[in-house]
Amino acid sequence: MTPTNSRQRSAGDEAAPRIGVYVCHCGLNIAQSVNCPQVAESASTANDVVLSKDITYACSEPGQQEIKQDIIDNQLNRVVIASCSPRLHEPTFKQMVQDAGLNPYMMEMANLREQCSWVHMNDIENATRKAETLVDMAVSRVRHLDPLTEETLPLIKKTLVIGGGIAGIQAALDLADCGYDVTLVEKQPSIGGMMARLDKTFPTMDCSI
Amino acid sequence: MTDAGRHPRIKLLTLSEVVDVKGYVGNFDVKIIKKAKYVDETACTSCGDCATVCPVVRPDEFNMGLASRKAIYSPFPQAVPSSYLININECLGHNPAVCSKCVDACDKKCINFHMSDEEITEQVGSIIVATGLEPYDPTELDEYGYTRFENVLTSLEFERLVNAGGPSKGSLIRPTDRKKPKSVGFIQCVGSRSLRKGEQYCSNICCMNTIKSTLVLKEHYPDMEVKVFYIDIRAFGKGFEDLYTRSRRLGVKYIRGLPGSLEETAENTMRVAVENSATGKLEFHELDMLVLALGVKPAPSTQRLQEIMGLQLTPDGFYLEAHPKLQPVDAATRGIFYAGCAEGPKDIKESVTQASAAAVRAVRLMHKGEISSEPITSEIIAEKCKACGKCAEVCPYNAISVDVKNKKPAEVNSAACAGCGTCAAECHFDAIIMNHYTDQQILGQVDAMLTTEPETKILVFACNWCSYAGADYAGVSRLQYPANAHLVRVMCSGRVDEKFIWEGFRGGAPVVLVSGCHIGDCHYIDANHWTEKRVAKLHKKMVRLGIRPERLQLEWISAAEGIRFADKMKDMEALRKSVSAEEIADTIELLTKL
Repeated sequence: MTPTNSRQRSAGDEAAPRIGVYVCHCGLNIAQSVNCPQVAESASTANDVVLSKDITYACSEPGQQEIKQDIIDNQLNRVVIASCSPRLHEPTFKQMVQDAGLNPYMMEMANLREQCSWVHMNDIENATRKAETLVDMAVSRVRHLDPLTEETLPLIKKTLVIGGGIAGIQAALDLADCGYDVTLVEKQPSIGGMMARLDKTFPTMDCSI
Repeated sequence: MTDAGRHPRIKLLTLSEVVDVKGYVGNFDVKIIKKAKYVDETACTSCGDCATVCPVVRPDEFNMGLASRKAIYSPFPQAVPSSYLININECLGHNPAVCSKCVDACDKKCINFHMSDEEITEQVGSIIVATGLEPYDPTELDEYGYTRFENVLTSLEFERLVNAGGPSKGSLIRPTDRKKPKSVGFIQCVGSRSLRKGEQYCSNICCMNTIKSTLVLKEHYPDMEVKVFYIDIRAFGKGFEDLYTRSRRLGVKYIRGLPGSLEETAENTMRVAVENSATGKLEFHELDMLVLALGVKPAPSTQRLQEIMGLQLTPDGFYLEAHPKLQPVDAATRGIFYAGCAEGPKDIKESVTQASAAAVRAVRLMHKGEISSEPITSEIIAEKCKACGKCAEVCPYNAISVDVKNKKPAEVNSAACAGCGTCAAECHFDAIIMNHYTDQQILGQVDAMLTTEPETKILVFACNWCSYAGADYAGVSRLQYPANAHLVRVMCSGRVDEKFIWEGFRGGAPVVLVSGCHIGDCHYIDANHWTEKRVAKLHKKMVRLGIRPERLQLEWISAAEGIRFADKMKDMEALRKSVSAEEIADTIELLTKL
């Protein structure tokens, strides 16, 4: 049974936006080319922003604790984390806001490290201005976010391994020994790959087969 | 090997290739072609009677052509599955009966010329890509004389000659006179670490492989003179330095410098000219045999599989992992993992480690028996839908069904929807909500960006998987570019709606860039084809309206192309400077009136 066109947005959360903004220093990774307190100060004037501050390491345990406490104390319902790339820490911060009672999709990141401080290293003035704009963009986006719920789908407990060399064989055996069915596909008439051709192998100097 | 062959949970498909992969994490549909072996694998006992009578003699690939096999053959004695097969292109043929000697010789009657290729479909939850490597082909490096001199061998040919199961039963002989060489030289970095020919990267295994070979030689022939020509010896792994020290203690000479030229003497020995960079002197060495330590290249099938599965490659041609440190065995596509040399050159220990890691990553994904999918999928607003069918046409996953005849609103199968957002971008009636990337959310970002001094800014739409990742890669590499480029992240460039672009220009943006995965590499099968069409259409409209079409740019930037991203930002800045304040004002006026 495949789900069709389900309304994934849950009810509620119609309350007025109360946004919290956190500008992460990432030690000096961001702070050396972006004036983080200034960025936080600038964001605090935006509509719906209840709280805006800079923070040394947003992803650290104390950093996350501080944000979670703020969410509860200030009844924040949307959060902007201006730090590294969402490709790195988006799952971390989604989990964090969820722990604080928010829907994980009510969080947005502004990429101040990979796409700002690291690529405009000797230009503090312009990097800071860009950081301010990136945070403004994230605030604007987070204001329009809707809570979403993940869907659970069935999964086939079976793996395809492409290539029957030493890596493919090892992966197939490990999976099979864990109780998973494996289909091992090899282009050649026999498995074994390159390693089957070798006599002694380093560092143990023993036979390969 | 044999464990894998007899494990009840492992289905072995040899002489087989994956030809198509559809579906998504947890539910992949895989099409495999199993080529005919013309011998019944399950019945064959590998007695070899068939090969004895076969009249066709061919070079044996397993032994790098140093031995011969028949047209019906077993790949090698320990092969798994342990069965003979016929190379039908070499076989003299059976119908009409030209030969068929093997059929007569086989007691078990397991040879069947009517066998044909089989198409097998498998449904799996995860995929491990372990396609391995291809050794570098040294024929283009003429200075080492591989094609000219018989006593110049590759490291793989050498492996077969010193292997007890090899063509010479493990005794090292020279190809020209079948005699034991008195001296052997190894040339390192053949096809590696070169800006000229071959590859630029270090192939990782060749130093240790050569050291191992020198130890094998010294063990069997203590008096043999063994020399190694090298740039650097990279013995960085556990126990590696010990082997290197042992090799030197046993008298192997390490000469720092790669040979410049090679000539053959009357006795078929090699005269090697080399500048020893440790002494700064030109040296000549006479050696009975030379071994080329071949570099490692990605397997030839890498690119084809990359296209089938929508994976990414590094500029070197190996598969690109999701994160080089934190997700070293994951592909960017959820549910696909890498093991072994498919991801980069590595030795056996590392391959085994990575394979076990990949297996555990797959178990971690599958053990619950269900999978949670991101709710980043599209939704139809039935009241607005005109049942035109456009969304169903553009959906790469056939996840949308529309009854055009009866004008019934479209429906999205959210399990099949991967969330590219192309449907929402193509819908003329604003009847599709792309969850988490709604029009309102994206337009909000564009507006916020252009609130102050829009004329100084560059608006960039970047797809999550390639271009946004490419921008991150530029960051990780600390590549500097102008500080006025601002990225709006979308899952796919297919999501970039016409109205986002117009909103940008109306808001005063001098230039706009749409960037996505290269054609053929799209994370959503082929959604970026629609991006390409849409941008072409926009360019035409811009011309009609009197807006310079160059102000809207389209660029394909992969996750590995940090340099390309940074360069494009510099180009965009030059382009931005060419747009005058009047031009921007005219555009704003023009678009506001529309």
